[in-house]
Amino acid sequence: MFDGLTVRFDRILRQIRGRGRLGPEEIDEILGEIRVALLEADVNLEVVRTFQRRIRERALGAELGGVLNPGQQVVRIVLDEMTAVLGGETVRLAYASRPPTVVLLAGLQGSGKTTAAAKLARWFKAQGRNPLLIGADLQRPAAVEQLRTLGDRIGVPVFSEATDPTAVAREGRAEAVRLGRDIVICDTAGRLAIDDDLMDEVGEISAVLRPDHTLLVVDAMTGQDAANVALAFHARLDIDAVVLTKLDGDARGGAALSIREVVGRPIAFASTGEGLDDLEVFHPDRMASRILGMGDLETLIEKVETTFEKQQAEEAAARMLDGRFTLDDFLDQIRHLRKMGPLSSTMGMVPGMAQQMRGVDAEIDERRVDRLEGIINSMTVAERVDAGLIDGSRRARIAVGSGVQPSEVAQLVRQFREMRRLMKQIDGRGSRARGGRKGRGSKARGTKGRKGGRTTPSGPIPVGRSAKSGLSLPGLGGDREGSAPDLFGIRQPE
Amino acid sequence: MSLRSRLGRARDAFAGHLGGVRSGAVVDAAAWDALEDALILADVGVATTADLLRRVRERADSLAVDRPEVVLDLLKEELVTRLGAADRGLASGGAPSVWLFVGVNGAGKTTTIGKLGRRQVEAGKKVVFAAGDTFRAAAVHQLELWGERAGASVVRGAEGADPGSVVFDAVEHAAASGADLVLADTAGRVHTSGNLMDELSKVRRVAEKGAGTVTETLLVLDATTGQNGLVQARRFTEAAGVTGVVLTKLDGSSRGGIVVAVQEALGIPVKLVGVGEGPGDLVDFDPAEFVDALFDLDDDDRSGACSTA
Repeated sequence: MFDGLTVRFDRILRQIRGRGRLGPEEIDEILGEIRVALLEADVNLEVVRTFQRRIRERALGAELGGVLNPGQQVVRIVLDEMTAVLGGETVRLAYASRPPTVVLLAGLQGSGKTTAAAKLARWFKAQGRNPLLIGADLQRPAAVEQLRTLGDRIGVPVFSEATDPTAVAREGRAEAVRLGRDIVICDTAGRLAIDDDLMDEVGEISAVLRPDHTLLVVDAMTGQDAANVALAFHARLDIDAVVLTKLDGDARGGAALSIREVVGRPIAFASTGEGLDDLEVFHPDRMASRILGMGDLETLIEKVETTFEKQQAEEAAARMLDGRFTLDDFLDQIRHLRKMGPLSSTMGMVPGMAQQMRGVDAEIDERRVDRLEGIINSMTVAERVDAGLIDGSRRARIAVGSGVQPSEVAQLVRQFREMRRLMKQIDGRGSRARGGRKGRGSKARGTKGRKGGRTTPSGPIPVGRSAKSGLSLPGLGGDREGSAPDLFGIRQPE
Repeated sequence: MSLRSRLGRARDAFAGHLGGVRSGAVVDAAAWDALEDALILADVGVATTADLLRRVRERADSLAVDRPEVVLDLLKEELVTRLGAADRGLASGGAPSVWLFVGVNGAGKTTTIGKLGRRQVEAGKKVVFAAGDTFRAAAVHQLELWGERAGASVVRGAEGADPGSVVFDAVEHAAASGADLVLADTAGRVHTSGNLMDELSKVRRVAEKGAGTVTETLLVLDATTGQNGLVQARRFTEAAGVTGVVLTKLDGSSRGGIVVAVQEALGIPVKLVGVGEGPGDLVDFDPAEFVDALFDLDDDDRSGACSTA
């Protein structure tokens, strides 16, 4: 997610890194690039202007001349401002003191409300709640049927009747009370235009339903209009937060920035895949660093932790960054990663991976994992340890054993090697960052040694001290307050 | 109702930014900036906008004109030229012809099939819908409801059936029953998912295994889509050979400017536009009318237009 922006910023920031001093002209040039990057990411034009202005003021202001060089300073400012725009805190929806807690979903047609309703219900269920879904979209043919099917799948009851949306909302709420359900999630018809009649209808539903939370569902692929749409819904419904859908694509999701800035309402959830469990609490504080190409180790680690035992988690992260895989490890990793969500989005969380993974992304496709598994299972132990052994005749044997074409075996081996190569590169970065914690006092040391590549011996990453602080991969995420992210790799081990 | 009047909202949103340009005596630097803003806000995209305006500036300079209405005419001309004189007809030529509908989730594929099917039935064609979206819950039922409305028969498979086989069966059914046209629905898919895009390629291939010929592969694109629309068009074209775009939901405040980039970069023309919620609200795309509708702002139009959001 946000790959495009990440890649662009990567490039811009690399340019800045190479410079000793920056004057107003250079700052303007950088701002120009940032403008293009943000506009291409569909950030609203006005928001881009505000953003540019703030960065410019701060970049030209008195803050320059600290321990960081001006290039570093601009990066820092960009990071700060992006974090400020996206908002600092993860949104937690409060539960009503007198249940049920009522959630109303609204949005344009095709934004994904019905699917989001089901995913949200599943999410609440996973929190130990008992949701009820209300199908008040009586407009789109079969919308209620869709919701019922999804409700069946996740084991959540669905209320609807062929009356009118307001009546359905009223009765649905009463039904929830009768059944003792403590969460009510109401799906509504998609609005197409900013149409007064339709907005009146959802307004009436809201009046009857008295929602505790009104969530606007927004497609991450939305262009410049996202801010207007959000404003229009907000004017009528007083929205509390946003659910951003379809973030599993490569849309840069500028809508997230725009809505936060223009409407002042945060993104609460992000939908990142087609599965009903592909809904994540949105972490705005992590997005800025992700956009800046620094990866999102916090999210990665959290996912790893919830999926693995702690011990396994530490090993897995270390191995991933270490890049010393055998094909067995590869298969193992893929099986584990698969539990964490789409591979590409998981990989995107590793610093620098967003860019690296672009080329191989399409080849690491979850539904091919079964085939990969079959192929690897048909290899001998020796072959799994040393993929170099696999020559033409071995390839043919493996292909027969796993029922695939020899070319697929070759492709797997090639892909595996490529992945291992990338992992090693990443490890190079990890190694540099590793010195970050200790090296905090040496911020002003300059760019010496930056080009040197690996600065520590290769080997497993000495992972964190406690599970609670994640894996404490140094300098990246975690205690942002204390240690500035090591954007430049300049902090060398003492 | 003309496309132009249907596009009232889109036009107004866009033209609102041009008010300042029109009222000036000459097109000065601020006016050029306003033009740029207007195009970017219409989702035309930074690169395409810059390129468009550079070209218009060159022409304005070489013609030594700087009056707003003339410059705006040049801009319109340039846009119409870029949208091109492409063939926007929907090709048939198989027995039956197959039109395949592809796109991301929520773009409006099923609805478009319903509306277009109705149009074709009204034009005297015998139409079969292939319920190839076997993934989304109730998508098949949604298409069946549209089939009833449109007077088209619907071929469906079992729950979770292979979409290729559903489309194949629909083509066989159409051939056997002497139908002219198969409109094949597919599940919405995010274009970054390699396996789902492979599946689409397969559906496209299987659709031609029998008597049918795929004469159109239509990418259904939501008009609110931003710059990602170009990537979508590219990936769907790679997977299934897109022959045209259906721009849906253009009656919102959305402007659909991304189609300019899609046409330019990939040579894929917009063929149809969805401009409303009613079954009849699917109209042919006409670039001159589209661009005119974006720019024209005479008093009659203005009085009827809503304010921008």
